[in-house]
Amino acid sequence: MLVYIGKRLLVAIPTLLIISIFVFSLQKLLPGDPIMAMAGEERDPAVLDMLREKYRLNDPIPVQYITWLGGVLTGDLGISLRTNQPVTELIAEKLPVTIQLAIMSMFFAFAIGVPMGILAAVKKNTAIDYVASILALSGLSVPNFWLGIMLILLISVNLGWLPASGFESIFVDPVRSLQTMIMPSFVLGNALAATLMRHTRSAMLGVLSADYIRTARAKGLSPRQVILSHSFRNALLPVITLTALLFGELLAGAVLTEQIFTIPGFGKLIVDAVFNRDYAVVQGVVMCTAVGFIVMNLIADILYVLLNPRLRASL
Amino acid sequence: MTRFLRLTTALAFGALCALPVTAAELKIGLGDDADVLDPAQSRTFVGRIVYTAMCDKLVDVSPDLKIVPQLATDWAWSEEGKVLTMTLRNGVKFHDGTTMDAAAVVATIERNMTLTESRRKSELSSVEKVEATAPLTVKFTLKKPDATLLAQLSDRAGMIVSPKAAKELGANFGSKPVCAGPFKFVERVQQDRIVLEKFQDYWNKDNIFIDKVTYLPIPDTTVRLANLQSGDLDMIERLAPTDVATVKSNPKLTYADVVNIGYMGLYTNIANGPRADNPFGKDKRLRQAFSLAIDRDALNQIVYEGTAVGGNQPFPPNSPWFNKAIPVPARDVEKAKALIKEAGFERVPVEMQIPNNPVAQQMMQVVQSMVAEAGFDVQLKSTEFATLLDEQTRGNYQLSRSDWSGRVDPDGNIHQFITCKGGINDTKYCNPKVDELLNEARATTDQAVRKAKYDAASVILNDDLPIIYLGHQSWIWAMQKNVTGFVASPDGMIRLVGMKKG
Repeated sequence: MLVYIGKRLLVAIPTLLIISIFVFSLQKLLPGDPIMAMAGEERDPAVLDMLREKYRLNDPIPVQYITWLGGVLTGDLGISLRTNQPVTELIAEKLPVTIQLAIMSMFFAFAIGVPMGILAAVKKNTAIDYVASILALSGLSVPNFWLGIMLILLISVNLGWLPASGFESIFVDPVRSLQTMIMPSFVLGNALAATLMRHTRSAMLGVLSADYIRTARAKGLSPRQVILSHSFRNALLPVITLTALLFGELLAGAVLTEQIFTIPGFGKLIVDAVFNRDYAVVQGVVMCTAVGFIVMNLIADILYVLLNPRLRASL
Repeated sequence: MTRFLRLTTALAFGALCALPVTAAELKIGLGDDADVLDPAQSRTFVGRIVYTAMCDKLVDVSPDLKIVPQLATDWAWSEEGKVLTMTLRNGVKFHDGTTMDAAAVVATIERNMTLTESRRKSELSSVEKVEATAPLTVKFTLKKPDATLLAQLSDRAGMIVSPKAAKELGANFGSKPVCAGPFKFVERVQQDRIVLEKFQDYWNKDNIFIDKVTYLPIPDTTVRLANLQSGDLDMIERLAPTDVATVKSNPKLTYADVVNIGYMGLYTNIANGPRADNPFGKDKRLRQAFSLAIDRDALNQIVYEGTAVGGNQPFPPNSPWFNKAIPVPARDVEKAKALIKEAGFERVPVEMQIPNNPVAQQMMQVVQSMVAEAGFDVQLKSTEFATLLDEQTRGNYQLSRSDWSGRVDPDGNIHQFITCKGGINDTKYCNPKVDELLNEARATTDQAVRKAKYDAASVILNDDLPIIYLGHQSWIWAMQKNVTGFVASPDGMIRLVGMKKG
């Protein structure tokens, strides 16, 4: 098992290198430079030149990349050009916010998607199944930003139940923290719930028609036991892989959701950084996200093996 | 499922238990996040809004754009405008308890002029030296007369910071700024909030009725307004013109606006690289035709819901610097067609680069259809802002829509864009006669003489049209009914002195 994990981590290194080169070059292809973006309308050429010199933006691009890579190896992701803060500090500040959003979104996704998927499979081809499918389809089709703004208008402006946007750390004021996060995580979780529902349904359908389920029913087990203990556990396998992949979608969705609800997390950090051509921040955040994605997939694979005894031998 | 329902019900109920509100805390929604909170290094508009509460300046600007006392109570020009002597207010303290005096002013100005990271160098470039001639007297000696200096000192270049803090923190001053304004810095979370609290030793503390102020950057105008409507914010800046009706019809909200000191402009590539080599850049008759084909009033009504005003000069028509002899032109398609014909064309293709925000896009689409009637085939090229500025500087454009937020002194709206060696002269227009007039306008403090110079320059510019001015937007604020005492100022700042809540 440990060897397996070690191998997987080794494979991750070239992946990360390729990603970093890719992101670095893509950024340099963008017209406009950070100094210009920083300057905004106040573009005094002398100051611009001084700043370009200071941040070594006049170096050839490969040299800039090597400098950056050298920093990464020593744990230094560089400095944000816009705010002068170290990128590691910014990431440490924003990561917990997005993790909270991710966890709460996953909660909504599972709480809505999985029960609906099971229900749709058990009541296959009935009205319940169709309603669930239609709900799932609309969940997938409704754009994040639209649903977000509609919820803000309904829940915050008209009903006044929840704050319209903003963020509070869960360690400072847990109640307010949950209040501000309910709408964004619902919006984000909603789209994932639809995917989860469809996959849970099809996995359950596959399992429910298996011989051992017929045997379980024949033994006289209650429908509840048959569905939850015998079928669902086996149907979980593909759902777990999917969850790891959904994690990527979650981070992508967070970009929009955080923008709408003004949550100072990863998504907002990267959007602002791209607009400001804050290279070091973009690079740092993308690398951090890539590491997160790789780790999530690794965890999913390990869980997969733990849940599926047939695979253990193959390690 | 039932557990989930129970949980969400519980959460929703928890949310219902109202949010506590303290009487004198003001929450203000800003359109962007501020950058570094160091007056020497800062460059964003929203940063200046925060400074208005935190950092007093040597002089301030009144709503009618006059220079008025703040940390300096009195000033005088001498030696033909080459020496400015200022008398400072007595008994002013910085937030760290140290005293604001002539030495502190000298230290700040020198810091602004010498700090490697300083963005104030060009604003203070006319200053030869600054000295403390008495504990409360500061003397600025200039290299050459500079009428714009007072206006510079009414903004970031004139914000006096605590020398002690500046020395300790150096270029990192922005992490914990210490100034002499009515509110002192408490905390900042990037992209989330900036919190200030009332400074108990402020020299004008009797006129401060707010105990705490929190600035929250919320870039989306819809969401910013939603936060105001739901009561999470007390005030927002830069309301979208399309939302004005919503705010005015809401009995819980009030509204304020004022035409700003900036402009909306179309920059023509006159001589900036090879792309200037086209009829539109070479023949002023085409530019005149283009300008005449635009119905500026209609633009204002359609795009800005009547909150903007049409314009044809770098200063809005209500400004004392506006040249009344050149009124904003009415639309004249026939005359435009005649000019195009005279220049030897039937149809003129033009590529126009525009920022990719919805309002600018809408506006330029309207312009596109207006000028089409006269004979211009405009192709719009929508570009993200940082890219647009970059292309404009490089000269990779034919016609570019770009706005200027405006400066208190007229010089700031015109000199650097129009003079041959102007720092941001992206059109590369160069006319020695205009240079002479604009340089002379800088060199005298006699307002009547300055006005005559700007008037003369505006006549030439209105003929050459390197920049086609379209109009002037308004600053628009919206706030809760219980927020009172706010005075709308054309510089777009939110001055908290005299403002009350409740």
